Amino acid sequence: MKLEALGITKTFGLGKDHRRVLDNLTLKVEFPHVLALLGPSGGGKSTLLRVIAGLERPDGGEVLLDNEPVPFRDQPVSALRTYRRRLGVVFQAFNLFPHMTALQNVVLPLTAVHGIPEKEAKERSLGIMKRLGLSEHGEKLPGQLSGGQRQRVAIARALAVKPKFLLFDEPTSALDPEMTAEVLSLIAELRQEGIPMLLVTHEMGFARKIADQVAFLANGRVLEQGEVGNFFSKPQTLEAQRFMAKVLAY
Amino acid sequence: MINLSGLFWLRREEQSPSWLQGLWMGVIVLLAGLLCTGVMGGTMGLSQGGWASVWKYHGVFWQGWLLTILISGVSLAVSSLIGLGVALALRSPVLPLRSVALLYVEVIRGTPLLAQILFLFYVVANGVGLQDRIVAGVLILSLFSGAYLAEIVRSGIEAVPATQIESARAIGFTDFQTFRYVIAPQALRQILPPLAGQFASLIKDSSLLSIIGIGEFTLAAQQVNSATYRTLESYLPLAIGYLALTLPISLISKILEKRFRYET
Repeated sequence: MKLEALGITKTFGLGKDHRRVLDNLTLKVEFPHVLALLGPSGGGKSTLLRVIAGLERPDGGEVLLDNEPVPFRDQPVSALRTYRRRLGVVFQAFNLFPHMTALQNVVLPLTAVHGIPEKEAKERSLGIMKRLGLSEHGEKLPGQLSGGQRQRVAIARALAVKPKFLLFDEPTSALDPEMTAEVLSLIAELRQEGIPMLLVTHEMGFARKIADQVAFLANGRVLEQGEVGNFFSKPQTLEAQRFMAKVLAY
Repeated sequence: MINLSGLFWLRREEQSPSWLQGLWMGVIVLLAGLLCTGVMGGTMGLSQGGWASVWKYHGVFWQGWLLTILISGVSLAVSSLIGLGVALALRSPVLPLRSVALLYVEVIRGTPLLAQILFLFYVVANGVGLQDRIVAGVLILSLFSGAYLAEIVRSGIEAVPATQIESARAIGFTDFQTFRYVIAPQALRQILPPLAGQFASLIKDSSLLSIIGIGEFTLAAQQVNSATYRTLESYLPLAIGYLALTLPISLISKILEKRFRYET
């Protein structure tokens, strides 16, 4: 799988409060891969992920997935919706539906969006939840689960639709260390299965272990991109060197 | 030895047992009843004969009560539709639609129901040749309550966190699916208490329709009073009759609130 982001620009706000979050950003990656987006806060990592996920329309530029442009413009909204259905997104705050059980959270996208019959959807969901160690929690509401369990349900929800591509937006930032480990080991397992993944994270150690490639974002641009080993041993740009010195100091 | 203070005091960390609260309410109602019969029985000459003379008209009460139920029930359904529609219009991207909805809500909420009844019945309904008082009454009441419901529904929709909508978009829900599976159930849970309050208000407000000669419960009681000159015996059943309709609503709302409870 090939992902290209070409000349992406995204600004938020108007007039004085106007902020350019992505500034003519270009990124090209060949998957299967885990690509980690690293960089300082406010550098545009999450916005880029949201653009690639089809959740945010860029002001300029194009995203190509396997040479096919993501339909941000010139097409009905339904085209972008169809594009989004092929991806799985996992959010920082889990974003499970609190009024449904864990199992319903996983089943609903299958039946409502992908037109899979109820029975089959349930079987598939139970299978995935079992694999993710959630068998006993299917009938619980998200409010009755721990943060780590909730994030695993969210991952199950994203996986159940057999996505082409998984995107993680700081999946452990809302978790305590023990639960972070729980979720990270799950993501490491998914990597073994060869699902292409895009990961925005602040867990440097984890990114180093799991990612194949790293893209370093600052000020709305990709300043550096390369093999994970190279990036961590000798970052090329001054910004990356400073960033690494800061985050690895403790 | 029974802990007597437990009957009176609720410690901070404890939940009030509902049987105890029911018991207290019963005691208070009983005391109030005794007090009332003591005071009013003396001044108003409460006697066996009073109740008997009113009892002759129990058919009038009964009919008025049923008409109140009919008017309130239909208005409840119609105003719910209006409320939902106007709430969506208030959030519509079509600006003229938004403005119409906003104007409607502000005008209705800014004028007294009594003024609306008089104006809409004697001016508008007469103007368009709508003769049926009951139909006119239901429409007026629905328009009135619909404005309040629209604001309640809007606040409920807006209370659903943006992250929920984002999650729904990421899954690939259509706007309708997002509303049906994500927004509506969460908003409904939020607005149950004010919704129940508004429905109870609707029932009580229907009493004002007596002003345009609809023979609902309040008008029935007034007629009985003028026929018998028995004030307490005419109006006490009136109050109890309304309570018999509003208390179940509040009860059902509490039960539903418990059933839909979830933590976020």
